[in-house]
Amino acid sequence: MSAVIGIAFGNTSSSIAVANVDGKVDVIANPDGDRAISSTLSYVGEDEYHGNQALSQLVRNPDSTIINFRDFVGLSYSEIDAETSNHSALPIDINGQIGYQINDKKITIDEVVKRNLKQVKLAAEDYIGKPIEGVVLTVPTNFTDAQNSSLKKISNDAGLKVLQLISEPSAALLAHLSADEERFQKDKLYVVADFGGIRSDAAVIAVRSGILTVLATAHDLGLGGEKLDDALAEFFAKEFEKKYKSNPRNNRKAMAKLKAACIITKKTLSNVQSSTISIDSLSDGYDFHSTINRLRYELVTRDVLSKMAAFTEIVVKKAGLETIDIDEVLLAGGVSHTPKLASNIQFLFPESTVVIAPSLDTKVIDPSELLCRGAALQASMIETFDDSEIEEAFKPHIVNTQHIQKPIGVRSVDGSFIEILPKETAYPIRKTVLLKGKGDVLIEVYEGDRTVKETTIEPEKQSGDEDDEEEYSDEEPETIREVVYVPGEKLADLALKGANGEVEVILDINKDGKLTVSGRSGDVTVKGSI
Amino acid sequence: MSAVLPSLPSGFSGEFKGHKKITTPLRRPVEPVGRYFLAHASRTIRGHTWSEYEKTAAEKNVTKVQESDQDDEFEQNQSEELLSHDPRDWKTADLYAVLGLTKYRYRATEDQIRRAHRKAVLKHHPDKKGESGGLDQDGFFKIIQKAYETLLDPVKRRQFDSVDEEADVAAPAAKGKYDFFEAWKPFFDSEARFSNKKPVPELGDINSSQKEVDAFYSFWYNFDSWRSFEFLDEDVPDDTANRDHKRYIERKNVAARKKKKTEDNKRLIELVKRASSEDPRIKLFKEAEKKEKERKKWEREAGSRKAAEEAAAKKAAEEKAKAEAEEQAKNLKESSKKAKEAAKNAKKKNKRVVRNSVKDVNYFGQSDKAEIIDADVDLLIESFDDMKLSSVVSKLNGVTDPEVVKATFIDVAKEIVDAGKLPASSLKFFQN
Ligand SMILES: Nc1ncnc2c1ncn2[C@@H]1O[C@H](COP(=O)(O)OP(=O)(O)OP(=O)(O)O)[C@@H](O)[C@H]1O
Ligand SMILES: [Mg+2]
Repeated sequence: MSAVIGIAFGNTSSSIAVANVDGKVDVIANPDGDRAISSTLSYVGEDEYHGNQALSQLVRNPDSTIINFRDFVGLSYSEIDAETSNHSALPIDINGQIGYQINDKKITIDEVVKRNLKQVKLAAEDYIGKPIEGVVLTVPTNFTDAQNSSLKKISNDAGLKVLQLISEPSAALLAHLSADEERFQKDKLYVVADFGGIRSDAAVIAVRSGILTVLATAHDLGLGGEKLDDALAEFFAKEFEKKYKSNPRNNRKAMAKLKAACIITKKTLSNVQSSTISIDSLSDGYDFHSTINRLRYELVTRDVLSKMAAFTEIVVKKAGLETIDIDEVLLAGGVSHTPKLASNIQFLFPESTVVIAPSLDTKVIDPSELLCRGAALQASMIETFDDSEIEEAFKPHIVNTQHIQKPIGVRSVDGSFIEILPKETAYPIRKTVLLKGKGDVLIEVYEGDRTVKETTIEPEKQSGDEDDEEEYSDEEPETIREVVYVPGEKLADLALKGANGEVEVILDINKDGKLTVSGRSGDVTVKGSI
Repeated sequence: MSAVLPSLPSGFSGEFKGHKKITTPLRRPVEPVGRYFLAHASRTIRGHTWSEYEKTAAEKNVTKVQESDQDDEFEQNQSEELLSHDPRDWKTADLYAVLGLTKYRYRATEDQIRRAHRKAVLKHHPDKKGESGGLDQDGFFKIIQKAYETLLDPVKRRQFDSVDEEADVAAPAAKGKYDFFEAWKPFFDSEARFSNKKPVPELGDINSSQKEVDAFYSFWYNFDSWRSFEFLDEDVPDDTANRDHKRYIERKNVAARKKKKTEDNKRLIELVKRASSEDPRIKLFKEAEKKEKERKKWEREAGSRKAAEEAAAKKAAEEKAKAEAEEQAKNLKESSKKAKEAAKNAKKKNKRVVRNSVKDVNYFGQSDKAEIIDADVDLLIESFDDMKLSSVVSKLNGVTDPEVVKATFIDVAKEIVDAGKLPASSLKFFQN
């Protein structure tokens, strides 16, 4: 087993993965058995708790329990929002830096992050059995350069040498694409939507000949799983209040208990149709026991879940696209286990768009693990590069590449456009397709223009009932819209004489944007450049 | 791919023709992940030496997704008036303008509010006072914090949104000349923000169905609004010394809120009424309804009208039939009269034939018995029915042999007597 790992460090949880030589990836559990290790530190007396043990301290020791700190990396105190909630330690200003007052000691954000990463490192080494040599960390796409370099520094200080920081959506997509080699071969447009604990992020990513390019990103820093917990807690608080005439909301401890229980209930409802909740001595000495089914839960959280779904549409618009342009939506983050979220999103996109979520397809990768798996794969791939090579590979002149803005292809005899290089393909690039053609044929190279084809499907008439005609008008004919590219401007003509039935057409764009068209059939080869 | 290439047109000369360069590309960062990227990187590193110029160009002219995200999303320059607004009166400030969110107002997302706040803080933080030209911005900074607190708290935000006049859209002026839909849509769109029920039905257009239009107005007549007016409350004094005064203000506030709420409901209902009275679709529906009614009435009455018509037609037909029948009867009568006459004549003629037959054969050479023979012949003729008469005539016609004539009469006489039509004794001559 290699000694390089991938870590997804989130505000809510941190996960670790390692790739084996055969490309298989293991997600590493910490000694408590958790794969989603809570990004939480708690200090009780002399002891430091980490992970889910620390999280459970929110009930008894909220003021010395630190949560949701990842996004503070590399920021100064004046740049953050003074947190209004009081269910955990509040960030304070330590000489302009962000920090926390824990008992009689002050602890800076850098220290908090470092301790979290150290704990993660220990868990990984415990599993692998040897020291960790390098790590690939995931970061949100809106982390600034300053935040990135701060995280790198802290990680190195924690004894985890950073090989590379990669963006969260790319890590998720890399994991998804690597699960089946064929996926890399197909040029597709993806939306990667990541629903975490306190934020939601989305990106539109073009996959072209195995190269990933981000076309747009969106972030909502107020939308996440906690909003679901809050809605559920409020629902149960009402129920409790009605039953016992005791209001748990005014009681900090009661609310902490209730929220912790709600998180469990929420997760349970992702898998089964109904769940119980029971809390001993919730408020004023009353125990609380109740059950809730999934339908009720979906009603209680409807607003949050529909906001999340709508968020995936926003990023598509930002990319200047429509939902019909998107081939697949990959759902990542813990909240993506929620069946209703997946079905809401599927509803927003056309039927032809595949939504990748566990509730829709049991074979998909666990959305909580996509990020760390992608990071682990990347780590294993660059393990063999030496430091200077790695440094060179991520320099701007390698990374910043020209992308064609219109698809390029040829016209078939029936007038349709056969796409060879879809738009947003990065060059240099070379691609070959096999077409039919006998005798003397003409290879006409075009840029494609986007059109939207509308097909109207009349609703099926209900057989049997002889209702008024008016009843029928309820069922409107359905219009299916799809993107179809048609030949636009002609780039070149290439004549090929004596084709034997099969013609290989090769498009090649070099780094200077020179397009070369070649045609080959049997021994005949023709070629020209613009 | 199994698409077929077109064949070479006959006029095509040469082998290759370039027409146009590819559309201007965009320089973007690719994601440095995956083995395809790494292959690209090592290919590029090995296969190409980069000039310094190329390296800087690649660094500078890049379309970075992240930056273009936030281009002037929030206005940065607040008016002098706002900047010098008295922080004690923060409630009267335009809180969206304070954060630079006037483009969004009630539509601003929580995330936008957070980010706008962060930007505003960076710009107006008291620590920066020196830099920004000496203007004392402590006051404005306080308003920024108040705005942030208010807009981030869903309850308080609704209270502010309730009285955010800047977001209000006035209804079109009464009796004005305007396109109904253009004029009213913005109004309803803006009022819709107060709706507890979502989705709010759209105003639609001239082609909306009656069902849709009805649903629209019924929604607005029963509008369930969360608009409330706490934000305009008079401040309740803090001092515990004067409890009565405090209660008095509180009561006054509650009453004022109620009054404003009632007024607001009334205002909306009035405007909805006006809109519906101006709605061209409702006029169309009314006209259509009227026409439909007329048609229905016409249809309803059609029954009796038809019956009357049918009765008249029946009567006419009957009359006609009667007239025809009479005519026919008359004709029949006439023709039968003629026939009868003809028959009579024929009978007379036949009788004459029979009578003459004996005369023509000179009474069988027995002229002396002419009288009794004639008497017998007359008796026989009288006893004949029409059939017999004509059959006798046919036997006698053209017969000149007296014996045959005599035998015929004897036969006939026998028949008649046998049939009991004449007593045998009545015949004097033709007795056997
Ligand atoms: N099975 C599940 N069903 C529903 N929600 C779940 C499930 N598992 C985890 N979650 C929720 O997902 C959220 C955490 O997701 P994730 O671990 O992706 O967040 P993160 O990336 O650490 O946080 P953030 O994205 O906010 O920085 C929590 O709200 C958690 O309760
Ligand atoms: Mg996350």
